Order: sequence, then C-alpha cells, then structure tokens
Amino acid sequence: MQKAPFVTGYLTEHTGDDAYATLDGYRARGGYEAAKRALTGMSPDEIVNLVKDAGLQGRGGAGFGTGMKWSFMPKGTDKPKYLVCNADESEPGSFKDRLLLERAPHQMLEGILIGAKATGAAKTFVYVRGEYAHPADVLERAIDEARAAGILGADCMGSGFAHDVVVTRGAGAYICGEETGLLESLEGKKGQPRKKPPFPAQYGAFGMPTTVNNVETFSHVPHILNKGAAWFRGFGTEKSPGTTIFGVSGLVQRPGLYELPLGTRLDTIVFDHAGGPLPGRKVKGVIPGGMSMPILPVSQLDVPMANEFLRERKTMLGTGGVMVLDDSVCMVRVACVVTYFFRDESCGQCTQCREGTGWMNKIVQRIERGAGSKGDLDILLDVAAKMEGQTICAFADAAAWPVQGLLRHFREDFEAHIEHGKCPFPESFQL
Amino acid sequence: MVISAETRAAIDAQIQKYPQRRGALLPALHLVQKEKGWIAPETARELAAIFEIQPIEVLEVVTFYNMFYDRPQGRHHVYVCTNLPCSLRGGRDLVHAIEQHLGIEAGETTKDGRITLGHEECLGACAWAPMLRIGETYHENLDVETAKRLLDELK
Repeated sequence: MQKAPFVTGYLTEHTGDDAYATLDGYRARGGYEAAKRALTGMSPDEIVNLVKDAGLQGRGGAGFGTGMKWSFMPKGTDKPKYLVCNADESEPGSFKDRLLLERAPHQMLEGILIGAKATGAAKTFVYVRGEYAHPADVLERAIDEARAAGILGADCMGSGFAHDVVVTRGAGAYICGEETGLLESLEGKKGQPRKKPPFPAQYGAFGMPTTVNNVETFSHVPHILNKGAAWFRGFGTEKSPGTTIFGVSGLVQRPGLYELPLGTRLDTIVFDHAGGPLPGRKVKGVIPGGMSMPILPVSQLDVPMANEFLRERKTMLGTGGVMVLDDSVCMVRVACVVTYFFRDESCGQCTQCREGTGWMNKIVQRIERGAGSKGDLDILLDVAAKMEGQTICAFADAAAWPVQGLLRHFREDFEAHIEHGKCPFPESFQL
Repeated sequence: MVISAETRAAIDAQIQKYPQRRGALLPALHLVQKEKGWIAPETARELAAIFEIQPIEVLEVVTFYNMFYDRPQGRHHVYVCTNLPCSLRGGRDLVHAIEQHLGIEAGETTKDGRITLGHEECLGACAWAPMLRIGETYHENLDVETAKRLLDELK
C-alpha cells in the first residue's frame, strides 16, 4: 500500500504524513474547523444546499447527488435517524477507500459529522469490509481520539449536537456493498438486498430513516465547507465536479493511486500517469471503473472519465478502478474470472441472478476449453439481457454488463476459441 | 457454556452499540471465532440464546459470509487473491505454486493442521499484485519464493 497517491489533490495532499492519521496531526492541518462551523454556525438546510451547489456526486459507484440524498431524510420525525458510511470497498479493482481509511480517517470522520448535522442523524455506522482489519483498527483509534477530545459524543465540540460513530466489520460478502444488503448485514442478517421502495431514507438501518454514503464521498465534504462550492466546481467537469482517486491496476508500468479531476481522459491516466503498457506490449482494452463496468477497447480510451461521457460509450465511472489489459490477454479468460466472481458472490435471492451468473460462467468456461459452439455467444447475450434490470438489486446488472462489454468489443476473441477449438492466446495469464 | 467469560463480556459491550440486539451478531461471530477458530454447533446455539434468535438464524449468517467457518480450520489462514487484477500479475501462478509447496489444494488444510489455504476475491490491493493475506495481515508485491518463505515461517 502506498502512503500517498502518485498524483495528489486536496483529498490526499497530506496522506503521506503519518501524523495526519492522528487527531493532532489532522488538527495541525486545519482539521475539524469545517465541522465546528457546521455544528455551531450553519443550519442543516445551509449545509445541504452548499453540498448541492458544489454538485458532489457519490463516489461509491452509482454517482448520485450527495446533497440531494441528504435532503431525502425526513424532517420533524421523532424516530432516530442514522448515517451509514459504506466502507465495504469490494468492487474488484478498487482500493482508494482503503487509503482514505488508513491514512486520513479523521478527514472522513469530519465529513460524517457534517453530514450528521445536515441530516439530523444521531449515530453513524461505518461498515468496513471484513478483510480490512488494519483500516478498521486505524479508524477505531481515530474514533476513540475524537471521542476523548469531545469531537464526538453527547456534546460535539461544545455545540450541543450529539453524535457517535460505530464501526461494524463485515465478513467477506461482496453484496454487502449494495446499500440495502449492507443494511441487512448491519442488522446481523444475511446480506440480501431489500426491495425499494421503501428507500433507506424512509426505512433504513433498524427500520429508521438512514442515508448511506461512501468513504470518499464523506471525505470530500470538509473541503467543500472550507473552500466553497465555486472552488469545488473548479475541478472536474460541469456535471461531475471535484477530483476522485483513480486506482490503476493490471498490466501497466506504474500501477497505483492517482487523485485527478473527474473528466481526466482515460488515455491520459493509462499512458501519461501510469506509464502505459509493460515493455514490448500494447494496450488491448481498459476496464474503466471496477469490474462491473463494461470494458473499452484501446481505440476508445480518448474519453473523459466522467459519467456523462462514459455513458456515451456504454460504460460508467463506477469506483474509478482502472484495469489495464494488454495484447497478451485472452478476453475469454477475463470473462471466466469475471463470471466466476459474480456466480460466487450472487446472494441467491433472485432467480435471474442466481441461475444467470452460473450459466454465464459455465458457457464462457466451455468456450475457453475449446468446447464452445457458435450458438453459445447468442445464448450468453440472451442470458445477460434477461438478468439486466430484472432483479431486486443492481448486482445482476453488474454481472451482465462486463460480459456484454467483452462481447461488444472483443467478440473475435470468443469466435477464435470456437473456431479453433482451443484458446489461441498462449501468452495470456493462466486460469 | 462454550464461550469464555471474557468474550461474553466483549459481546455484551458490542450489543450496547446497536439499537437492536441482533445488530451485534456479526461482531459477536468475529469475537467468538477469534477465540474458538470456528463456529461449532454448540457455539451457534449459545449465540442464538444470547441474541434471542433461533440457532438456524445464526447458522444461516455463518454460512452466508466467507469469513465465518462452520468447520474447524488450520491454525493459519492463507488466502491468495485470484481476482482479475491479481490474475493479470501472477495471482493464479502463486496459488498453484503454494498448492504444490504445501501439497494441498486451495480449500484444504495441511495434515498437521498448520495452514488452511484458499483463494479469495479482490482484497483491495490491486496495484500491489500478486498478494495474499495470512490471517488479518496483507503481504503485497509477492513473488513465489517470498511467499514460500512466509509460509515456512508459520508455526
């Protein structure tokens, strides 16, 4: 794990400094000043409107407007309201939240505290994926420090506002990154997503009004309060303001984290920042936003990394996990890895997803073995189409999209297997 | 009683953090597993009593999540990431090499009960592939020889 991204911005400017993870170090950099202002001098509506004006979009994958989401929380209810911080980062190819948890836990806590004031939440549950034991420990320590200093507790920073933060560790289920799967898990159950409506703002954690935001999303908030909406909009595109942390992995010279404005072109990230392909290799395709997002071929990397542009190319920003595949790679093997993952992680609740993920995996494995037939590709697309949009949560879509993307741009790889009766990519990574 | 007084006290402290008792079930399972290594049927029954639910409700949670075990495990868990970013950079070669080194397949435990080996989905270390975790500790940027040495050091 690197301590700071190769390119830093306002989110990660100080993550290279070990002290930044401590309360003293964070305060030395102006930490908790924004929260203090929010708690003592701003109304909830003022905070919500500021975050709306800034145009902050959720950084967990769906990209929904954060200020808008906060405004959905009911007012004038006597029920306790909760925030949930989704730290279940488990979209394959994503590792930015881990950095923010390990190196800047107070930045996230400050964002949570501001969000709590904006929504009137009494408590925040941070749901950390089970495998992130070290990040969870760092966060627990930061919460203890904030509590001891009176930043969290019955009277946060002398403002009269009460808030506490609880860390809950998951136990290795991808579906718990889906917000209602997460809520079920938080309640001590299997992480099987809920039907919506009712949405979490009406019926969330323990049946109470709840808003779920991602680690990075909360981490942007103190900066917006400190420097204003216009400053925030100075980064990124008109529709997608701010920076984000791209995680580059795969067959590339300099894999790692890069904080860059949204709208940075994908080819700039892959070739300029991450140094391009390994010696003697060419880039074949890039998955732009975590494994659920459809792949782009090398001819289409001239796209700004923001949803309004990526959608035109039938993919999305997702979590900003950029996976680079070079000309050694067999795209059918990629499909084998992808479909195995979704088969393994389907919660089993909806038939289309439970059965569809299994069938897709069986078919692509058959093709990889050289036992596929010409009709298999149509069956694959048919199964994918019948999963998409048909289930309780977006997992089935997330499983269907990458297969559709691989067939859209690399159909010839699949056809070559079927034609030759074997895998024609001897140099590809092994299964 | 199979759960120690100390773990029981830690479970009670967790229960205080949640508006409903059952919210602390996952934390409790982590705590019990730390003590016992796995969730035996009698442990599940005791947890069910603590959480005022049926034993089957504990077991369905145990079996839903990859990190809870309903059977005895090796003293050390070695999990190698084989998701796409790691596969591209030798994650699967690493699993095969370890399988050969230990004489078991992923999913099995060595005869001496020392190591349970598994492959795992993305662990969020994609830029430092290949990688594995031993228990709660990540080891990144591995090669086969370094990985073998790490495993040989496990008692």
